[in-house]
Amino acid sequence: MLDILKPPIEAFQEFVLLSIRAVRNIFRSPHYADDIFVQMDVIGVGSLFIVSLIGLFSGIVMALQMARALTQYGAQGQVGSIVAITLVRELGPVLTAVLVAGRNASGIASELGSMKVTEQIDAMRALGTDPIQKLVTPRLIATAVVLPLLTIISDFIGLIGGYFIASGMLGLTFSEYWTTAWQALEYNDLFQGLLKPFVFAVIIALVGCFYGMRTTGGTQGVGRSTTSAVVSSSVWIFVLTAFITYVWNRAFVKQ
Amino acid sequence: MTPDDSIVLRFEDVSLHFDATVALDHLSLEVHPGQTYVVFGAAGSGKTMLLKVAVGLVRPDSGRVSLFGQEITGLREQDLFDIRARVGILFQEGGLFDSLTVAENVAYPLTNQRVLRQAAVTPEGSAGNGAVRTVDDRVRESLRFVELEETLDKFPAELSGGMRRRVGIARAVVSAPALLLYDSPTAGLDPITANTIIALILKERDLRNTATIMVTHRYQDGHLMANFRYNPNSGQIERARGGGDVSQVSTKFLVMNAGRLVFEGTEPELQASQDPYVRKFLRVGGA
Ligand SMILES: Nc1ncnc2c1ncn2[C@@H]1O[C@H](COP(=O)(O)OP(=O)(O)OP(=O)(O)O)[C@@H](O)[C@H]1O
Ligand SMILES: [Mg+2]
Repeated sequence: MLDILKPPIEAFQEFVLLSIRAVRNIFRSPHYADDIFVQMDVIGVGSLFIVSLIGLFSGIVMALQMARALTQYGAQGQVGSIVAITLVRELGPVLTAVLVAGRNASGIASELGSMKVTEQIDAMRALGTDPIQKLVTPRLIATAVVLPLLTIISDFIGLIGGYFIASGMLGLTFSEYWTTAWQALEYNDLFQGLLKPFVFAVIIALVGCFYGMRTTGGTQGVGRSTTSAVVSSSVWIFVLTAFITYVWNRAFVKQ
Repeated sequence: MTPDDSIVLRFEDVSLHFDATVALDHLSLEVHPGQTYVVFGAAGSGKTMLLKVAVGLVRPDSGRVSLFGQEITGLREQDLFDIRARVGILFQEGGLFDSLTVAENVAYPLTNQRVLRQAAVTPEGSAGNGAVRTVDDRVRESLRFVELEETLDKFPAELSGGMRRRVGIARAVVSAPALLLYDSPTAGLDPITANTIIALILKERDLRNTATIMVTHRYQDGHLMANFRYNPNSGQIERARGGGDVSQVSTKFLVMNAGRLVFEGTEPELQASQDPYVRKFLRVGGA
């Protein structure tokens, strides 16, 4: 029984240790600013198109679904507020993060994994560089900065998608849609909508790095690490969004 | 310098396990300045781990390891960096950074190791003519040493396997280390390229009198290390003359089996061994 639990507990310990070191390195020199910008480019600019596309369609789908329900109650004027709330609080952060997990947790895990199996990580340590400082911390910082920005973009494009449906199918005017959308959002929602991508970013970067750095077993091992990184970061995103929403409601929403 | 420089590397009863597998089994070993150690052993016998434990890349479960007279077993990674700066390593899997050019790879130890970065001049050249050599000069010199000066701006992926091995050697020797570790430098190479690689290793050893540990599968490699030397006048590798030649006595053979050191001795002693495991490494026509 204890033998079954040992590997996951040890892995979790290792993960926590890596996280602590990565975060501690943010405040220590040397800082590899170049690597941070390269990673921002890879993660941010590289994901921009696909994130926008998914944002647009999630807005469209939300508006379509809500249009039918709201029309039954004669409340189709509220489509903007419903789309805004669901997108900003939940759908925008989660969908963007899952996409970025698929693109970048895997990319990070495979890049670091190949470096591990070709002994580049060992070479770094042998030649005077801390691989956590050089590889993990820049990816952590870059993802933590870029994912909230991507989420804002995705939310906004999703709202535009919602507007297409609202004006095209429900005949709402520009100001009818955008005013309800804007008024529906409280600071509370905006803050939650930014906290989530920040937390997800930390998970994506650290999980990707963690699986990359512990890769063994050659090219096959790199494949395994990549898959594990995507699966576990995606699962963590859904678990954490439920957790954050629950805690948030308990703390800030008056029942 | 460090307290006791008369022993470059010392293993005292070192053991290392990965779950149930034994990588190193109560291993004791001493490496002296200017000596050459040729390590044989079957796949998985712990040769790579021996080298990684020697520079603190892997921590042993028990036992003590000292580098240049300083015990490294309990040291923090930050403190290990300065000690590792005096060791050059050629990794079995290459370990060249594929995002960097050949020149950047070779410059890496000089620009990243704290002690080397601080010493802008070469350790051995600083006292002499007073000419300051830049990192760039030293990178070129090191690449000229392995006869690959023309590949400066290429990426490792654009080179052949043998060329990559040579770039690895250039990076290992660029800092003029006191100890050089070569992990299977000839593995997967044709005999001609393999001999060029050994010639480079001999050249480095004999020009700088560097203590050298070389892991290999080829008996031929060990035989060359023990019986040949680099002649700086002709620039060629030649057979060391006389039975009592220095390089002959200063080359030792180690044979590993499942993490244990099962043989330690000179080439004649190796050839005289009756152990069937040890004898397996003797084939391939000997001389
Ligand atoms: N990261 C690791 N995790 C688990 N076991 C490992 C790890 N690294 C090495 N080992 C095990 O340690 C033992 C020694 O490995 P080592 O790499 O030193 O062998 P080697 O003598 O260099 O073999 P080869 O000639 O194939 O390079 C092997 O049994 C290997 O399976
Ligand atoms: Mg090996």
